[in-house]
Amino acid sequence: MTAVAPEVGIDLNRPRVPFTRLVGVELRKLADTRAGKWLLGAIAAISVLVMVIMLWVVLANDISVSFKDFLIAMSVPMGVLLPVLGVLSVTSEWSQRTALVTFTLEPHRGRVLAAKVAVGLVVALFAVIVAAIAAAFGNVIAGAASDATVWNVNLLELLGFYAMQALGILMGLTFGALLLSSPAAIVVYFAWAFVIPTIFQVAAAFIGWFEDLLPWIDFATAQTPLFDGGWTGEKWAQLLVSGTIWLIIPFIIGARRVLRSEIK
Amino acid sequence: MIQVQNLSKRYGDHLAVDDITFTCRPGTVTGFLGPNGAGKSTTLRMLTSLTIPTSGSATIGGHRYSDIPNPGAQIGVLLDASAQHNGRTGREVLTIAAQTMGLDRKRVDEMLDLVGLSPKEAKRRVGNYSLGMRQRLGIASSLLADPQVLILDEPANGLDPAGIHWMRQLLRHYADRGGTVLLSSHLLHEIEVIADEIIVIGNGQIVAQGSKDELLAGAGTFVRALEPDELARALSVAGIHVTPATADGFSTDADPADVGKAAAAAGVALVELRPGDRAGLEDLFLQLTAGNQRDALAPAPAPGFGPAVQQGGQA
Repeated sequence: MTAVAPEVGIDLNRPRVPFTRLVGVELRKLADTRAGKWLLGAIAAISVLVMVIMLWVVLANDISVSFKDFLIAMSVPMGVLLPVLGVLSVTSEWSQRTALVTFTLEPHRGRVLAAKVAVGLVVALFAVIVAAIAAAFGNVIAGAASDATVWNVNLLELLGFYAMQALGILMGLTFGALLLSSPAAIVVYFAWAFVIPTIFQVAAAFIGWFEDLLPWIDFATAQTPLFDGGWTGEKWAQLLVSGTIWLIIPFIIGARRVLRSEIK
Repeated sequence: MIQVQNLSKRYGDHLAVDDITFTCRPGTVTGFLGPNGAGKSTTLRMLTSLTIPTSGSATIGGHRYSDIPNPGAQIGVLLDASAQHNGRTGREVLTIAAQTMGLDRKRVDEMLDLVGLSPKEAKRRVGNYSLGMRQRLGIASSLLADPQVLILDEPANGLDPAGIHWMRQLLRHYADRGGTVLLSSHLLHEIEVIADEIIVIGNGQIVAQGSKDELLAGAGTFVRALEPDELARALSVAGIHVTPATADGFSTDADPADVGKAAAAAGVALVELRPGDRAGLEDLFLQLTAGNQRDALAPAPAPGFGPAVQQGGQA
């Protein structure tokens, strides 16, 4: 055996991985796979498509529309796609087993999860900016045709619109963390987002006390003032209560699962 | 550098790792050998803070892995070469790791070059890689930061014989510069080629550990003479028990030195005298693990073990 170099030892004084770098890496990981590219591309493409279809209908039928109408139309496809992106950002680490590498490079899993949340907020911002540009473009054309361009969205409402999209992606992240499986999390998310509200409505129609309870547990309805305004103390309380039930508590359970589950 | 002390891991009533203790020193390549399901991967996951030990400790340089800041930059880890996103290219996988650790991007090209992945191969998606290519990519990833410690789980799995020798050279060179290497394998011939020190684990317990030479010494001696009958008599007089192996040769548990002395004392001319061959080594591995691993329950005779293990995947 040749001479062995002196042992240098492990250095505990090195800087840890900065949070900004973790966010940068997670952002890159969201966009560097086919699924991620397609989802991000689809969000942009569908926003433009919605704008074109709306313009076509509006111009053909001589209807007057506003900037807000365009934005509302675009929030529908975004409400479907953004949560899926949120789900995949967590579950792909398990289904593709990259968690093994991710949590080896950063053993403090909470920091990785926080970086994924930050990325979700950034992606929601990207989606809102794309939607706002497409909506503005459509609104200018529609306005030119009808001689009346209506810009009826203030900055606060635009922020509310962003908050709605951000909550959507965070819900996806939460379901992903709870189930740690892409298909299961996507199916359960859509069941929660589209089936449960209907069941609740039916139940509310037949059960009196449930009708009174519903505004406190219906997270989607509780979010509507974010964009439509009309805030009251009660509405804020309803958003807080329903958000605690569907987002905060499940997120805490999901985060515990991510932090503690054994990575194999 | 790597220290495992009374380490245990229990899943329900199954004891996956049972009170194991071992040390890996700088400058050596330590092979962690055992059949599938013996507890190798669980041990390596506890060493990298991915699995919480039930009891005992696993430290690197005296510290728990999770207490080391930016651990990837000081410790190279490859736990499963298949654990990569199939949709990413080989280069992208390395770029992400380099970015996380805060390394210069040119390390990516250097490592691709080192492990022999061509620029064209690096642009392909990992989903299209062979297992051997994934192993090379995983090794490239573990070496990105030029760490002092390497922890590799089944790194030779999927490599062809030339690839195994390439890895031997790579790890030997790395250890000669003062690096500490711990690698696992369920195949004796891989460990035999690559490691200096061997730890054999079966059913969660360490059943043997020592330098390769020490462990192989137990494999005995093969000896051949011009006059085999005289040789047999001479060895028998010296108290060495032999069994006929070929027409004119014998194998024995005794040391080559003792056999040579006995033959010289009796004036018997030897044609061949050497340590026990590979079969003896396989026997050793078998003997060490047979009582401690699941295949022992099967009615199949021991010689069937070798090929059966070769086909097995990692548990």
